[in-house]
Amino acid sequence: MKKIEAIIQPHKLEDVKEALKGIGIDGMTISEVRGHGRQKGHKEVYRGMEYQVDLLPKVKIEMVVADDRSSEVIQTVVQSARTGKIGDGKVFVYDVAEAIRIRNDDRGEGAL
Amino acid sequence: MPYRVVWAAFLAPALALAQSIPSTTETRLNNLEAAVKSAQSAGDNAWMLVSAALVLMMTGPGLALFYGGLVRRKNVLSTMMHSFVLMAVVSVLWAIAGYSLAFGEGLPFIGDLRFLFLNNVGGAPNPDYAATIPQQTYMIYQLMFAIITPALISGAFAERMKFSAMLLFSVLWLFIVYIPLAHMIWGKGGLLNAFSGGRIPCFDFAGGTVVHISSGVSALVCALYLGKRIGYRSEPMKPHNLVLSVVGACLLWVGWFGFNAGSALAASPLATSAFVATHFATAAAALGWLFVEWIHNGKPSVLGGISGAVAGLVAITPASGFVKPFPAMLIGFLAGVVCFFMVTAVKGKFGYDDTLDAFGVHGAGGTVGAILTGVFATMSVNDGLKDSFGKTRPLGLIDGQPGQVLNQAIGVAISWGLAIVGTLVILKICDILVGVRVSPEQELDGLDVSMHGEEGYNLET
Repeated sequence: MKKIEAIIQPHKLEDVKEALKGIGIDGMTISEVRGHGRQKGHKEVYRGMEYQVDLLPKVKIEMVVADDRSSEVIQTVVQSARTGKIGDGKVFVYDVAEAIRIRNDDRGEGAL
Repeated sequence: MPYRVVWAAFLAPALALAQSIPSTTETRLNNLEAAVKSAQSAGDNAWMLVSAALVLMMTGPGLALFYGGLVRRKNVLSTMMHSFVLMAVVSVLWAIAGYSLAFGEGLPFIGDLRFLFLNNVGGAPNPDYAATIPQQTYMIYQLMFAIITPALISGAFAERMKFSAMLLFSVLWLFIVYIPLAHMIWGKGGLLNAFSGGRIPCFDFAGGTVVHISSGVSALVCALYLGKRIGYRSEPMKPHNLVLSVVGACLLWVGWFGFNAGSALAASPLATSAFVATHFATAAAALGWLFVEWIHNGKPSVLGGISGAVAGLVAITPASGFVKPFPAMLIGFLAGVVCFFMVTAVKGKFGYDDTLDAFGVHGAGGTVGAILTGVFATMSVNDGLKDSFGKTRPLGLIDGQPGQVLNQAIGVAISWGLAIVGTLVILKICDILVGVRVSPEQELDGLDVSMHGEEGYNLET
C-alpha cells in the first residue's frame, strides 16, 4: 500500500477530485494548510504596517491506495493539478505498513 | 320706559357679544400658541430621542465592531467589552452626578450639584440648553456622548490593559477630564462656551474638543504609559476581521448624524445643515485617505477607506453646525490626508503603540477640525450668536473674524493640556491601586481568556 500526499493549489481541488473519481478513487482526506516552496508570497499593508505574507493557502489531499494503483493515481493528480506556474505544489509518496478498518477490523488492502 | 326696555333688550346681548369677542379670540390665540408650541416640541423631541439612540448605536455596536475587527482574534471580546461595559457604567454615573456636574450652572470649570440624582430633570425644558424639549431628553442625549468618549480611548490600550484598571480609569477619566471639559464648552457659564457668555468663546458644535481631542490625546498618553504590546513590530498583528470593522465604521457614519445634526437640539434647518456638512465631509475624507494611500502604497485599502471616513466624521464634528457644504468637504479631505500621515509616517517615526490609532484619528482629526472651524464658521449657517444689540454676530475667519482661529487654538490647547495632565494622574492612581497592565502570560494568552474566561470564536462547537 502507498500513501499519496498531494499539496495543491486550493482552486484545483475540484479538478483533482473529479479526475480521481474518473479513475475510481473516491476515498480521500482533505485539509486546508498553509505553506510555500519556491513561490514568493505577497505584501499586505494595514495602516502603514507592512507584512510579508509568504505562507500561502494550499490544500493537502491524503489517500492510501493499493500498490498496483499508485502510479496511475499519481499521474492523475499531477495532470489535473497542474497549471504550469510556480506554486502548483508537490506530491509525496510513502509506504504504508498497515491499514485497519475500524468498523470491522479488516486488515491490509481489503481495508482501503 | 318702554324705550328703555327696548334699548336694554337690544343692548344686553350686544354688550355681552362685544365682551365675549375679545375673550374668545384671546382664548383661541392662546390655544393656538399652545398647540404650535406643543407641535414644535413634539417634532424636536422626536428627533432628539432618535438622535440619542443613534449616538448610543455609535458605541454599541458601531465602535465595538470597528475596534473589535482591528485586534487579533484572541482579544476581540475584551475589545468589544471596553465599549459595551461603558454603556452601562457611564449611564449609572451620569444619573447619579455626571449630568449635574457637567450641566448644572456652577463655576466656569465645573458644574454644581443642582441636578444630583436627576433632581429637577423631568419633562419641563431647560431653556438654558434647549427650550423646546424635555430636559430629560437633553440629559439622555448628552449621556450618549459621555459613553462614547472614554470608549474611544480604549483603542489605544486594547490588547494589554487589565479590565479592572480599564474600569477604574474610565470612571476617573469621566469625572476628571470629560465632565469639566464638557462643562467648559457646553455648560451654562462655562469658560469656553461661546453661546453662554464664556470668557474665551470657542466653537465646538458637537464635540471636536470635548469628545475627540480629549479622547485622542488621552489615548496617546495611555499608549506611551502602558508601553508596546509584546511582539510589537516583530510579530504580525494584523486585524483579525476587517469585515466587522467595515460594518462598524458604516454604523458610525450613520450614527454620527445623531451626534452632529442632533447637536442642533431641534429638528431645525440648522440640524439639516449639520447633517449635510457631516455627510459631505465624511465622503471627502474617505476619498482623501484612499487617494494618498493609493499614491503612497500603490493600493487603496478598505481599512484606509473606512479610517478616512472616521477621520472625516471626527474633523467635521466641531464644525458641523457652522460651515457650508463645500468648506465641510475641504475639512474632511484635509483630515483624511493628515490622519493618514499621522497613523503611518508619524506613528512609524516615533514608534508608540497606539493599538487602533485613537490618537492618530481622533486626536489629530479633532485638532484639524477644531482649528478649521475657526476658519470656516459663518453666520450664514449659524445665526445663534448675537451681539449686545441683538444683531447676529460674524463667526469665523471667512466672516472677517480672524481672532476666532486664536480662540479655537486656546480651546484646543486647554483640551490637550487637561487630557495630558488628567490622564497621567489617573493612570498613576490606577497603577498604584490595581496595576494597569496584564501579565506577559495573560497578554500572550489573549485578554478574552485571561480577563473574561471566554473566546470570541468557538468554531468547532
